[in-house]
Amino acid sequence: MFAFLIRRLFQALVVMFVISIISFSIQDNLGDPLREMLGQSVSEEQRQAMRDEMGLNDPFLTQYGRFLGKAVQGDLGTSYFFKEPALDVILKKLPATLELVFGATLIIIVFSVPLGIYSAINPQSIFSKIIMGVSTIGISVPVFLTAIGLIYVFAIELGWMPAFGRGETFQITENLDTALLTADGLHHLILPSFTLASIMLPLFIRLIRSEMMEVLQSEYIKFAWAKGISPWRVYFLHAFKNTMLPVITVGGVQIGTMVAYTILTETVFQWPGMGFLFLEAVNRVDTPLIVAYLIVVGAIFVVTNTLVDLIYGFVNPTVKLTGK
Amino acid sequence: MKKLSLLASAVLSLSLIAPLQAADLRMAYDADPVSLDPHEQLSGGTLQLAHMTFDPLVRWNRDLSFDGRLAEKWERIDDKTVRFNLRKGVKFHSGNDFTAKDVVFTFKRLKDSPDFKAIFSSFTEAKMVDDYTIDLITDKPFPLVLHSATYIFPMDSKFYTGKTEDGKDKAGLAKHGDSFASRNLSGTGPFTVTSREQGVKVEFARNKMYWDTESKGNVDNIILTPIKEAPTRVAALLAGDVDFIAPVPPTDHKRVDASDKVDLITMGGTRIIMLQLNQDRVKAFKDKRVRQAIAYAVNQDGIAQKIMKGFATPASQFSPKGYLGHNESLPLRFDVAKAKALMKEAGYEDGFTITMMAPNNRYVNDAKIAQAATSMLSKIGIKVDLKTMPKAQYWPKFDERAADIMMIGWHADTEDSNNFFEFLSACVDKEKGLGQYNTGNYCNPEADKLMQAANVETDVAKRTVMMQTIEKMLYDDAAFVPLHWQNLAWAASKKVDIEPILNVMDFPYLGDLVIKE
Repeated sequence: MFAFLIRRLFQALVVMFVISIISFSIQDNLGDPLREMLGQSVSEEQRQAMRDEMGLNDPFLTQYGRFLGKAVQGDLGTSYFFKEPALDVILKKLPATLELVFGATLIIIVFSVPLGIYSAINPQSIFSKIIMGVSTIGISVPVFLTAIGLIYVFAIELGWMPAFGRGETFQITENLDTALLTADGLHHLILPSFTLASIMLPLFIRLIRSEMMEVLQSEYIKFAWAKGISPWRVYFLHAFKNTMLPVITVGGVQIGTMVAYTILTETVFQWPGMGFLFLEAVNRVDTPLIVAYLIVVGAIFVVTNTLVDLIYGFVNPTVKLTGK
Repeated sequence: MKKLSLLASAVLSLSLIAPLQAADLRMAYDADPVSLDPHEQLSGGTLQLAHMTFDPLVRWNRDLSFDGRLAEKWERIDDKTVRFNLRKGVKFHSGNDFTAKDVVFTFKRLKDSPDFKAIFSSFTEAKMVDDYTIDLITDKPFPLVLHSATYIFPMDSKFYTGKTEDGKDKAGLAKHGDSFASRNLSGTGPFTVTSREQGVKVEFARNKMYWDTESKGNVDNIILTPIKEAPTRVAALLAGDVDFIAPVPPTDHKRVDASDKVDLITMGGTRIIMLQLNQDRVKAFKDKRVRQAIAYAVNQDGIAQKIMKGFATPASQFSPKGYLGHNESLPLRFDVAKAKALMKEAGYEDGFTITMMAPNNRYVNDAKIAQAATSMLSKIGIKVDLKTMPKAQYWPKFDERAADIMMIGWHADTEDSNNFFEFLSACVDKEKGLGQYNTGNYCNPEADKLMQAANVETDVAKRTVMMQTIEKMLYDDAAFVPLHWQNLAWAASKKVDIEPILNVMDFPYLGDLVIKE
């Protein structure tokens, strides 16, 4: 277990190193950061002077070396726009994004498990067919449209929900706040969470359904029926537990993907998380922030994957983490 | 866990007993100011902030003339000097008194600001005569002293002098990196900044000591939230989550206008959108007849009606109505037959193939406009290979002059026609910084001579004639292809009486805003 974690840590470092090289080498193609920082009538001479001052005219290796030297000490550069260390800026926005992912995950679990099991047990019922039909639509509709549709119905027409933003937040420490502890914050969280969940929910319903159906066909379930075990025990204790294995694997990876999907959801709802921050950074060519974001997201992927492997080991003890 | 839920319910009850007061304004813009330093970036966001928290010496009114603010009176005492009498008894947010010293301090800072120094390049000195009198001195007779004075927002010199805890000069101006002025603010304006989370929200409170007691403005608190996505911005207004938004995208005008809860207000703007024909890259563009043919082939009215949905004023020149240089005698000239005839005359009957680049997220409908222009040019045999890209990638291409036709939009910082000529149509001269955005490489020494003369002409009538003559020259030469001036649009809930405080510069004077009960 310990060896496993050490190896994962090493992998994480390699992943982040590769990400940093890639993101660093594309920065020239992202555009010119000075355009967003200077007014229209600033002369070319001054632009060049500022480029020199910021070290943007140095050769790639010099720039990368400088970046790496600082990165080793935990400094991923200073955001052009926020004028604060890029890592601090991102970490300050992280709670908002995690809230959203948390909200969406909760919705996915609450809905996908019962719906998936129901449609696996009663594949021919009308309700199952409706679930499958709706989930197909859910997968096909772009997040953007879902978000605008929800805003239109629930914020404008019905007036039940706020249209944008995170609402009141509760300050835990100076740099850490959460909307999960205020009524207003929770109220603001509902629509974005449903939007974010709308991408993954159909996927999970279908996944649980098909896995469960497969398991229900297996020999040991037939044997359980033959033994006369109550349906409740067959479905939930014997079948569902084995259904969960692939679901956990996919789930872990998808939570990472969800962090990426927050970019769209956060943009539409003006949710002040790091996905929105990233899109803004790309628009403003805030390269230090872009690089830092990619590295942080890379780290999140590695961490979630590691957690998934650990949980997998608990659910299915036949899996050995050392992999020998 | 129990503690946590206790905490939650405490917070819950707190958030329930704090309703918004009547005279509070919640507004949403597409962006928030990048910094609290009014000299860091010359942009709409910064100027809006400056008008809320500072006061200029003079400010534009809706007729495009000047109202005194911190300057009560002004007069030209010789051809290089304008004397301003400053308002007495004005206090900064910090409690310090406002005097001519602050104007001198601010003027120096403007001269050092990379973004603002161009506007003040003709000024040599701000000379303090006494505590409430100041002379602005220029190196030559300069007609735009008042125009420039709209950019002088006096800063609290005592507040911005000294060293911060980590030894930085408080007056320092940083384009990138941290500075005292980018996080702290003391002006004379109607509002103080009470809290700010960049990119999330800025909160303002009314300045209780504000000097302008005649203003009917009754807004106590303002919460400014940037909402980047236009549909969300509109939705927030329609849902009643905010009271005032700008800009309103053309696609939503009908919906906003139809609502009985909100008002939509539009105004002709001053930002010109145009196409530049690069004569250095394409030989045919050197021929005046080809340029004219293109000018005749482009249907400005069609673009304004169909693509901009009426949310633009078709243009035949740089200067919008209200500018001195605006020449009434220059009609739109859409005429495909004439265009074809001109192409034939120039020997390009069979047309040619060229490239074009345009941004796709900078101006309203920029990519669609470029596509429309492409199909209009195809009617006279000019095949255009169009590439559109995000602004971040577009500007470096623009600087390289990477295509034969480039799109650009321009707003004159000085609200004066000469600014268009200097940046967009003057012969390219890197030393003098002229023609910096003239990717067409159009060059007309005669027009340049007139432009230089207009720069030192303080007689308004003579200057008007000069600048209108230049417009005519550029029109006859088809120096570039003007498309339209982008309109401006704001929307606000009915109780917010936004109309009287709006202007074409797009700095609503929020200090004077009245919210009806």
